[in-house]
Amino acid sequence: MARRAAQDIPEGSYVNLGIGLPTMISDFLPKDREIILHTENGMLGMGPAAVGDQIDPDLINAGKIPVTELPGAAYFHHADSFAMMRGGHLDICVLGAFQVSTTGDLANWHTGKPDAIPAVGGAMDLAIGAKQVFVIMELFTRDGTCKLVQECSYPVTGIGCVNAVYTDYAVFRIADGQIAVQEIFGNTTVEELEQLTGLRLRSTAEPLGTVAAPTPG
Amino acid sequence: MISKIVASAAAAVADIRDGSTVMIGGFGSAGQPIELIDALLEQGAKDLTVVNNNAGNGTTGLAALLQAGQVRKIICSFPRQVDSQVFDGLYRAGKLELELVPQGTLAERIRAGGAGIAGFFTPTGFGTMLVKGKETRRINGRDYVLEQALSADYALIKAHRGDRLGNLVYRKTARNFGPLMAGAASVAIAQVSDIVEAGQLDPESVVTPGIYVQRVVKVAGRAAPSTQGQ
Repeated sequence: MARRAAQDIPEGSYVNLGIGLPTMISDFLPKDREIILHTENGMLGMGPAAVGDQIDPDLINAGKIPVTELPGAAYFHHADSFAMMRGGHLDICVLGAFQVSTTGDLANWHTGKPDAIPAVGGAMDLAIGAKQVFVIMELFTRDGTCKLVQECSYPVTGIGCVNAVYTDYAVFRIADGQIAVQEIFGNTTVEELEQLTGLRLRSTAEPLGTVAAPTPG
Repeated sequence: MISKIVASAAAAVADIRDGSTVMIGGFGSAGQPIELIDALLEQGAKDLTVVNNNAGNGTTGLAALLQAGQVRKIICSFPRQVDSQVFDGLYRAGKLELELVPQGTLAERIRAGGAGIAGFFTPTGFGTMLVKGKETRRINGRDYVLEQALSADYALIKAHRGDRLGNLVYRKTARNFGPLMAGAASVAIAQVSDIVEAGQLDPESVVTPGIYVQRVVKVAGRAAPSTQGQ
């Protein structure tokens, strides 16, 4: 999933990779493309994780893991960092999810359990900020429940904000509140996917990358 | 001659009173003004409202301040972490009030607090449970939520170098909330690793101009423990 999503990140993109699974994408970014990584805690030009003597407690990523800086990196304060998101300057943001709805609603910050301690971090800002939001997630939970849903049952992070979903079964694209299957892995058909997910799906050959930037606020 | 330099962390926080709102810089441990927090712990002011991105890691710094029962309310974006056991316990026991704010909204509310902006419309959080009851408005076809500025009595921040005028530069991602909180507090207290003569910081590179800073204190500095989780 991470490998497939990485292929859809074009040369010259400014990209934010969310915590967890999305972080893995950095390992799969094509070496011949210059892609600039943003981290919400105030840096563009983030390099790989720091090891050994490179570890510096003042240089960490959003997951608070020590990282490195690449030539051309820049540091800035938190309000600037989130202005880059909210202002639609980031090209792509890649996030994990509990659920994504067929109209692009995202649920990834709260399980909704009454005893859960809520923590949102930058999730809501990321969800609505980038020009395109990619989600990478397994299509089903461990108990077999589909995570692509008609309507999110978990508390939402953002409304209609997801543009593409990279799963272990297929790549889905969401545009104008409609979901379509862009690519299926293996021999599964769209009809079989409809049966597995219980959703009405259609296929598309439309390429990614045609979504308009959010209106600057 | 102006000199904002204070002899010790203890002297820098001595007048913080019970019931104060205190912004504390840092993203996890990066930029956390640990010596100033320790001094506040020692000083004992209680019933505090604390503004921070997180809610303490491990048992030191902000976590120790919570453990000591000095904090009534915390305004933050990401309290739950692998090592936030102190916060978790107090929150579950109902001993700590939490105002949870999306991280970018938190940063912008603090920036607004220092910039004389009472509130702003942001798209972040629209349609989510975090903004229930807040005023919304559709502007040019997009939905926004009204968020209000945050200001404070004190800010405790960590910078890399400072001078007697309060000019500050930071180090790497330890900058995070520091410049914003300096502007939003009546009294901004910066701990620095190094105090230099006025004129030694390149004016083109000053990140926080001294007008925002009331006190500068040099601390010996120690490596912050690394923690994980957003």
